[in-house]
Amino acid sequence: MSRPPGRIRLYSLILLSFFVIPALLAPWIAPHDIGQMDLIRQLETPSFDHWMGLDENGSDIFSRLLAGARISLYVGFWVIGISTVIGVSLGLLSGYFGGWLDIVLMRIVDVLLAFPGLLLAIALVAVLGPDINNVILALSALGWVAYARLVRGQVLSVREEEYVLAARTSGMPSWRVMFLHLLPNILPPVIVQTTFSLAGTIISESSLSFLGLGAPPGTPSWGAMLSEGRYVLWEAPHVSVFPGLAILFVVMIFNLLGDALRDYFDPKS
Amino acid sequence: MGNFLLRRLLLLIPVLWGVATLVFLLLHFIPGDPIDLMLGDSALGTDRETLRDQLGLNDPLIIQYIRYFGDLLQGDWGTSLFSKKPVFEEIMERVPATMELMFGAMVVTILVAMPLGLIAAVKKGTWIDQGSMIFSLLGVSIPNFWLGPMLILLFSIHFDLLPVNERGGLEHLILPALTLGTSLASILARITRSSVVETLQAEYIRTARSKGISELRILLRHALRNALIPIVTVIGLQIGVLLSGAIITESIFDWPGLGNLLISAINSRNYPLVQGCVLFIAGSYVMVNLLIDLLYAYLDPRIRLS
Repeated sequence: MSRPPGRIRLYSLILLSFFVIPALLAPWIAPHDIGQMDLIRQLETPSFDHWMGLDENGSDIFSRLLAGARISLYVGFWVIGISTVIGVSLGLLSGYFGGWLDIVLMRIVDVLLAFPGLLLAIALVAVLGPDINNVILALSALGWVAYARLVRGQVLSVREEEYVLAARTSGMPSWRVMFLHLLPNILPPVIVQTTFSLAGTIISESSLSFLGLGAPPGTPSWGAMLSEGRYVLWEAPHVSVFPGLAILFVVMIFNLLGDALRDYFDPKS
Repeated sequence: MGNFLLRRLLLLIPVLWGVATLVFLLLHFIPGDPIDLMLGDSALGTDRETLRDQLGLNDPLIIQYIRYFGDLLQGDWGTSLFSKKPVFEEIMERVPATMELMFGAMVVTILVAMPLGLIAAVKKGTWIDQGSMIFSLLGVSIPNFWLGPMLILLFSIHFDLLPVNERGGLEHLILPALTLGTSLASILARITRSSVVETLQAEYIRTARSKGISELRILLRHALRNALIPIVTVIGLQIGVLLSGAIITESIFDWPGLGNLLISAINSRNYPLVQGCVLFIAGSYVMVNLLIDLLYAYLDPRIRLS
């Protein structure tokens, strides 16, 4: 842990001030009502009153972007929450106890990893129907796998360490060994994974919405806004430009934060 | 090598079985009646019964499962609901377009990433290095469903240089291939850079230099060649990203491939076709991974002995 965490503070501050706080405060700080439509002024270019212009319904793009940040944050929070709880617990159990539990779990992981990228999420949302909560379910159904594999591998590497053996021989119950001794020691890579997963989840949610499988029509999700924007790309490129820049910006900062955290926790890499 | 091949093939069976079972369960545990989903609530009772019979949904689940597996093994993937064509046939018609797109993306990736990573490694620490790494960060973070429309905006609408939509000659492939290949190129540029930086410090490079071999020759014949193993590994690992990215890219450019078929099957609730597409994409992904594993084992004998 040699490098001072200056970069980590910087990126966290940027994320808080440009993504998390605006997303949380969106209903109060949005300059216009996102439901307000003005069909006469549809596709109007950016102006002083509407910083990012108006979309095909004549709604304010900046206000919708803020509402979209809220959706991204909501989906990201739930998917990462569910994935870490399930993945970390299963990884701990699998790595600590080994045996048939480990074998069964790793075969399930193999099967889930046989679906490239978003394919399983697409299939799940296709049968469950386009809805934000279904998106959370679909992305979590796949999201836990990365954590389970990571934690299992980490547990295998520290399981035979002396402090773990000492705890076990002193008669400590297994769950205490796992949660009080193993977990704190394998936390750094989990934190790094979480940061990259947040970036990935934001892209996945937007991808599903872009394909029409995420947020229902009319919801101001960034992906859905981009999807609507491509039909007016010729006459009103600003409808597509801003939501895309928002995704790019947030994902890039999350990636930078992940890199910084990895360097901090593991200077060798 | 024969033993290794056999072991890998045996390991493949449970995975493929799991994939097929998961796809089966997915479409049989749909909340509500699948017939409602396919035909809508207002369909006639007789139509519903005909379709139910046609899909065998009246039988117990276990019978449906056994029949599904038997059919799959005999190459019968079901019938597409609207075109009434065999699902497998409909899928195979779309495979060449997706392969063309993925091949194009791969070419873009290699043409961009290799030189970029190589130059960054040689000019380590300079602005060229930093510039290429900023490109790499942007490329990883940029969503392809935004990059695609922006490329169309720039090259088709603004400069009127390249056509959009429809598959055709090489000029039709450029934008979709760029869209799909950019993120992989960024990852690969990073890996190439760090891999070449590492090999350039090796003893045999110093030996080559002391023998007076030209710097370019050292770079291409000695450094790049040895740096190739991690590069090939990453290409192999990222095939899945390419496959799933193809679904979105095809949707942006209306490219008549598998991804487009899957999305239109979902939108028209053509579940036998959805099932077939998911199964085919996952199955081919598993197969490609197997091929890559075999390639490594061939290239690096240590792998097949472990």
